[in-house]
Amino acid sequence: MSVEEKMDSGRRQLLLATSVAGGAAAAATAVPFVASLTPSERAKAAGAPVEADVSKLAPGEMMTVEWQGKPVWILRRTEEMLATLDKLDDQLADPASDKSVQPEYAKNKARSIKPEFLVTIGICTHLGCSPSQKFKIGAESGLGDAWPGGFLCPCHGSTFDLAARVYAGKPAPTNLDIPPHKYLADTKILIGEDGTA
Amino acid sequence: MTTKSQALLNWVDERFPLTSTWKAHLSEYYAPKNFNFWYFFGSLALMVLVIQIVTGIFLVMHYKPDASLNASGVPVAFAAVEYIMRDVPGGWLIRYMHSTGASAFFVVVYLHMFRGMLYGSYRKPRELIWLFGVGIFLALMAEAFMGYLLPWGQMSFWGAQVIVNLFSAIPVIGPDLALVIRGDFVVSDATLNRFFSFHVIAVPLVLIGLVLAHIVALHEVGSNNPDGVEIKKKKDANGIPLDGIPFHPYYTVKDIVGVVGFLFVFSAVLFFAPEGGGYFLEYNNFLPADPLVTPPHIAPVWYFTPFYSLLRAVTYPLFGLDAKFWGVIAMGAGVVIFAFLPWLDRSPVKSIRYKGPIFKTALVLFVIIFFILGYLGVQPPDNGGIKDRTTQICSVLYFAFFLLMPFYSKMDKCKAEPERVTS
Repeated sequence: MSVEEKMDSGRRQLLLATSVAGGAAAAATAVPFVASLTPSERAKAAGAPVEADVSKLAPGEMMTVEWQGKPVWILRRTEEMLATLDKLDDQLADPASDKSVQPEYAKNKARSIKPEFLVTIGICTHLGCSPSQKFKIGAESGLGDAWPGGFLCPCHGSTFDLAARVYAGKPAPTNLDIPPHKYLADTKILIGEDGTA
Repeated sequence: MTTKSQALLNWVDERFPLTSTWKAHLSEYYAPKNFNFWYFFGSLALMVLVIQIVTGIFLVMHYKPDASLNASGVPVAFAAVEYIMRDVPGGWLIRYMHSTGASAFFVVVYLHMFRGMLYGSYRKPRELIWLFGVGIFLALMAEAFMGYLLPWGQMSFWGAQVIVNLFSAIPVIGPDLALVIRGDFVVSDATLNRFFSFHVIAVPLVLIGLVLAHIVALHEVGSNNPDGVEIKKKKDANGIPLDGIPFHPYYTVKDIVGVVGFLFVFSAVLFFAPEGGGYFLEYNNFLPADPLVTPPHIAPVWYFTPFYSLLRAVTYPLFGLDAKFWGVIAMGAGVVIFAFLPWLDRSPVKSIRYKGPIFKTALVLFVIIFFILGYLGVQPPDNGGIKDRTTQICSVLYFAFFLLMPFYSKMDKCKAEPERVTS
């Protein structure tokens, strides 16, 4: 007599049901472990807005403030700097910022509320390095004679113009993100909150 | 043996397979008699693993995975490494052993893998040994990467930032996956603590398990050898391979010679150049992590650079997906493709000794390309200049070596294998 014929199908079903229930319990037990890997309540609460005073920032200078653990740059652009933005459209990957992340009020050529001040998150959209300032123009920058000034990511060579827009053919897919921000006064910027949400 | 100790051994053997295990894996494990220089690196890898575990245990006694700033404004984790280096008696030596051991591990493992490629050790019936080996290589990369975050220096921080962001390039699940790996929106204290946990517990356990599986599978089918012929095909009247010699004492003694030679080199680096010219310990990592400033030139530690070059080689979007995603795929594929070697190599012979000119040329080119990619990986990108173009050409050749192997290994003019091992 084979094993098959001796099999008690009632017991086999009970065995199956128990295994399934046990498996479901084991899977459910994994939930708190996976959940513990996600950001804690404390990490989630640490995103408070920060204030930046730009009154002492000279034209052509940049300052960095920390928001949510990330560097936020505030660049006070000169007229010459702003003039470079008009000529670059055909060299950029996303000149009109259609694919990039920014609040609606910063979706313009200068990517800012006031053209003079660029407020952007200084984290490359490729793999998260912080690009360095390459404000010198031409050959002096080390980026070729035609370099109009901008940023260079040291990790994988992505370049950005003075409105943080990425050049085409570089690893970074989109322009640098613009954080939500608003002016509390003429020279006081609140980063992380714009009153719209 | 005295009767008392024999009696004790018998007592144990009735309860635990001590003598039979000793015989199966050492005194009556028959290995081919023609092992050469290239066969040192398996046992050396095992020894480096032991060095890493022992030094690691002692480092954990003094290290604190804490990214918060201490009273002097220095991150606690960074200060803990300085404390080990300056104040813990012998701490500097233990820490340098561990950091030099990491680089030594990769040197030894790369040479061990190259041996496999030279003599076709991945071929049937050793595919599973090879697959466990690729698993060990992957676990080792994870171990090295997570360990590198612990000193919480500039390179630790930005290296982790870049690699974790690689995962965010995966469509749909990417951003959430990166969040779960970091445990925060940026690389932070949460990341440091979980990497510490993985580095000291989870990955080492996996590593040891895989090493055991690697050796058990090896001892099941028996070792390959420089001639690539199976010694089990010719056995004497007792069923012992004619060309086999017991692993112990013959190869235990031979391997000790390898260990001594290795320790000469290892100690020289340890005592005279523990920073390895900035390649074993990068100079920027002597600065505490600063989330606001990326060092002007960041490059991974030397053992990751060939794969890092593959990542940087892709600059064009494809099929509507970012260049970033394809770069990640290229880098991942560059590692995982080794797993397919047993099925890509269609040559009628295993060993390079009997393979034809095409395969020999391909392997030499592959090694050169691997070195070039490694060199370019530590260089800053030059914006589509000669270095970036070379990286792209070498990356294509890198994959061509594997993907074209079924064709060129088949059409190659091989020599006939001998019946038994030579020399």
